[in-house]
Amino acid sequence: MGTFVQQVFNGLTVGGIYALIALGYTMVYGVMRLINFAHGDLCILGAFVGLTLLTGTAASGQPGALVLLLAFAVAIVVIAAAGVVLELVAYRPLRKADRLSAVVSALGASLLIENSIMLIWGPNVHVFPAGLLPDVIWHVAGATITFVQVMIIFASVALMAALYYFVHHTLFGTAIRAVAIDQDAARLMGINVNRIIMTVFIVGPALGAIGGLFIGVYYRQAYFTMGWTYGLYAFIAAILGGIGNIPGAMIGGVLLGLFNAFAAGYLSSSWQDAITFGLLIAILLVRPTGLLGEPVAENA
Amino acid sequence: MTLLAIDDLSVAYGEIEALKGVSLTVEKGEVVAILGANGAGKTTLMRAVSGLLPKRRGRIVFDGADITRASADRIVHLGIAQSPEGRRVFGTLTVAENLALGGFTRPPREIAGSIDNVYAMFPRLAERRAQLAGTLSGGEQQMLAIGRALIAKPKLLLLDEPSLGLAPIIVQGIFRTLREIAASGVTILIVEQNVRSALKLADRGYVLEIGRMVHADSAANLLASPEVQQAYLGKAKA
Repeated sequence: MGTFVQQVFNGLTVGGIYALIALGYTMVYGVMRLINFAHGDLCILGAFVGLTLLTGTAASGQPGALVLLLAFAVAIVVIAAAGVVLELVAYRPLRKADRLSAVVSALGASLLIENSIMLIWGPNVHVFPAGLLPDVIWHVAGATITFVQVMIIFASVALMAALYYFVHHTLFGTAIRAVAIDQDAARLMGINVNRIIMTVFIVGPALGAIGGLFIGVYYRQAYFTMGWTYGLYAFIAAILGGIGNIPGAMIGGVLLGLFNAFAAGYLSSSWQDAITFGLLIAILLVRPTGLLGEPVAENA
Repeated sequence: MTLLAIDDLSVAYGEIEALKGVSLTVEKGEVVAILGANGAGKTTLMRAVSGLLPKRRGRIVFDGADITRASADRIVHLGIAQSPEGRRVFGTLTVAENLALGGFTRPPREIAGSIDNVYAMFPRLAERRAQLAGTLSGGEQQMLAIGRALIAKPKLLLLDEPSLGLAPIIVQGIFRTLREIAASGVTILIVEQNVRSALKLADRGYVLEIGRMVHADSAANLLASPEVQQAYLGKAKA
């Protein structure tokens, strides 16, 4: 019982992070049919930006929560701006080019960001400062739950709920979905497609920066190749839920986190990736378009 | 007063010129039909007016503004809405969401009233407002596409093949509604293969043949013209 509850909380924590990052992949894919391979690296760049602020201000004697909030705010702004630059420089000029050119551009952007992180912060593993958050621990049914876990779970749920509301219950959000379905028809509604794509490249990376910084705060470390590791997980979460589908990315992220945690907790942590991806393959064999990726009467 | 003036418009897809120096005008309050066979360039013309295609040559002036190079969203803001060929409703959005997007260029608080007007015009849409547009029948999707364009409160309504693929009885209903829309003072430019219905609705018509305007006349004269009858109304040469 203790192991079960423990793995549920571990899984939800990691799953929430995967979901936040997966949303960036799925939103960009939705409106542009492009896998933004640089997304994972943007997220980890967010972790490094946050880390720099945390180490710079940790000694200032300010309360930990305030320092952390500032780190998140700066990381969100910097990464959202980086997302806009990425779209303008790496993707917009290739909008009408061959699909493969955009993929190569995405891979190039990924390597560029990854190497920039290495050049700025160095190739070694960075450790996040301790004592920023209250050292509260709860014991629930034999499991140990930390404050960081609860914070990440709550924040992820709140952010996803806010995004869901924005996309499904506002006119601007409906316009984003319209662009994902049919760009020319959306233009005929008076929707500025470039503005929608720009918005997606602000919202996705902003959520990703939060996810990236959560990874740093949770595992208390950051290293420059982390973008690929976690980016891959989040990308797979997006595929699992049905790429292009926003609720799908949320569900896919949480499920992948839970798979991961249960594989590590009950079987073997060294086999957790093999088991997780085995399950993923099994699900995709049954549902090739992902859990929510079923096209609902899209013919007109 | 001339609402839309197209002058010597040429549009090309790569090397192939789909429109070769087309000119036409639409006066305020008029219904103008463009007739022509498949591949004549009718849809190309509509897409060009809406700013979805780049122009090789020529000029489009709408309501006093040169819109030749204007972006598609800007053109909607200026007052041209289109119900496109193939309807192009957003299949995975609900009927209500599709209609709301029609009012994207308008202040949000004004949209609700316009949506109610569309529901009054097409009660079937009101019954199905929470349904996904992709699950509607072809006729209902056409009503949705027309209704969605009307919510933009356009000065000029472009209708591209509203009868395409629909049963005759549904087509009659659609044209009855179009007559009401025209009677309410909306200026309409319509492209149709259903020539008889289009000319009965229209004040004037143009005939487009492989990218060139070959006839322009009043709708009544076109209906009576032997060439039009032979080519588009299936009557043998007298």
